[in-house]
Amino acid sequence: MSRVIGLKCRECGAQYPAIIQNTCYECFGPLEVNYDWDVISDQIDKKKIEAGPKSIWRYADLLPLESEKRIDLGAGFNKLHHAQRLGAALGLDQLYILDESVNPTNSFKDRVTSVAISKAIEFNVKAVGCASTGNLAAAVGAHAAKAGLPAYIFIPATIELGKIVQMLVYGPNVIAVEGTYDDANRLASEVADSHPDWAFVNINIRPYYTEGSKTLAYETAEQLNWQTPDHIVAPMASGALLCAISRGFNELEQVGLVDISNVKISGSQPLNCSPISSAVQKNGEVIPVRNFETVAHSLAIGNPADGYYAKKTILDSGGFAATPTDTEIIEAIHLLARTEGIFTEPAGGTTVAGLKKLVESGHIQHDERVVVYVTGNGLKAQDTLLKSLQRPPVIKPMLGEFERLSAPKLDIHKQQVAPIINS
Amino acid sequence: MVKVRFSSALSNVTHSRETILEVGNTTVKTVLEKLVQQFGPDFEKRILDKGEVRRFVNLYVNGEDIRHLSGLDSPVKDSDEISILPAVSGG
Repeated sequence: MSRVIGLKCRECGAQYPAIIQNTCYECFGPLEVNYDWDVISDQIDKKKIEAGPKSIWRYADLLPLESEKRIDLGAGFNKLHHAQRLGAALGLDQLYILDESVNPTNSFKDRVTSVAISKAIEFNVKAVGCASTGNLAAAVGAHAAKAGLPAYIFIPATIELGKIVQMLVYGPNVIAVEGTYDDANRLASEVADSHPDWAFVNINIRPYYTEGSKTLAYETAEQLNWQTPDHIVAPMASGALLCAISRGFNELEQVGLVDISNVKISGSQPLNCSPISSAVQKNGEVIPVRNFETVAHSLAIGNPADGYYAKKTILDSGGFAATPTDTEIIEAIHLLARTEGIFTEPAGGTTVAGLKKLVESGHIQHDERVVVYVTGNGLKAQDTLLKSLQRPPVIKPMLGEFERLSAPKLDIHKQQVAPIINS
Repeated sequence: MVKVRFSSALSNVTHSRETILEVGNTTVKTVLEKLVQQFGPDFEKRILDKGEVRRFVNLYVNGEDIRHLSGLDSPVKDSDEISILPAVSGG
């Protein structure tokens, strides 16, 4: 029996078959996948998952695919680091980091894209596409290449050079749009609407696409011996990732893979583009932002599609939201790299900086088991990071030259926090 | 002459992807009133809730979201283009 009944409107509950569609025709609300939980509960068990592939597809029973044909570059099943040194620096006893920088195209977007492009194959589409701030573009480019499908990728023209280089290598049609992500997204929506046999992963097949992010919650619980954390912190752009992680934990309880899911959900956005975090902090409406400039390009969405639901998810769970400055974001990138050996892009810096602020403000307690999602790789944003680093001194290859450099200048191994033995 | 482009999500009430209105210089609110006259209460129900634009509806004048202009009071000039799109994409 099929695990998927169809699509359902999150606002009015209207139901539709599982087709290419993201909007309710009755109220314009967003559609989500409507599962048959009795069928899933009968099919699923921990041993089957643990014996499955070392990718998101070990959780296939909780994903909206009908066929076994999957476009799998190996996204997911990434290491949950016990971040003892960063935890010590921030005053947290049990801090974990799920490192998404090691995915096939170096961000969490490989999870959603693997699900979406696999679904697009089921729909037998002629092309795929997306609107992207950069990370999704690379993921769609790579998975489209693997699937042998043409791809149309709409980006704001101002994103990091490293991300543009990465996406171009896969050979998609990249359309750089004047304006912000929201402008690129609107144009992509109109293009998708004009081509019903094209699947734009985060537009007309978005209900399936967002399901891929639930696997972050599944992996977290599995690596914690099928327990949920007390508190998680995720970066927010559209808010879809945060909502999907929350949904993933709740589903694990629903199908009996964890005893209880009572996870506080917190989010972080750069201060200069923070429509969701600001709404959480004021407990007010999510007000779109038109003009913004931040180093965290991948979080720079002024009109977040899931903003309303992200705010509700956070407040209902007892979590909160942070708004670090660009300076704090860059500092957090350095802190993470120098304590845990993980090099993240400014989106990950936003999350770690947000974590720091939430600890300092008392919204996260020192004894909570906290999981942080580091969603992208720092190599994608080298131009941003270079501004905060000093180039190394250049010397002749002579011992005397080395020794002439004063010791303090070379003291690059100085510990900023106490080392953890046996970590 | 104002051109209004519709999302395919409205096709079941508009039965076309665009329409032309002769309204001169006016506001978004007046344009919507004309569209409700043309397409009936089913159109109104999908776009408006208690007189306000629904949360998941985006209305653009020449590509600019009216939430960044003056909402329903945003001015519309003859020759402007209005788009009505779902807000549930991206990210």
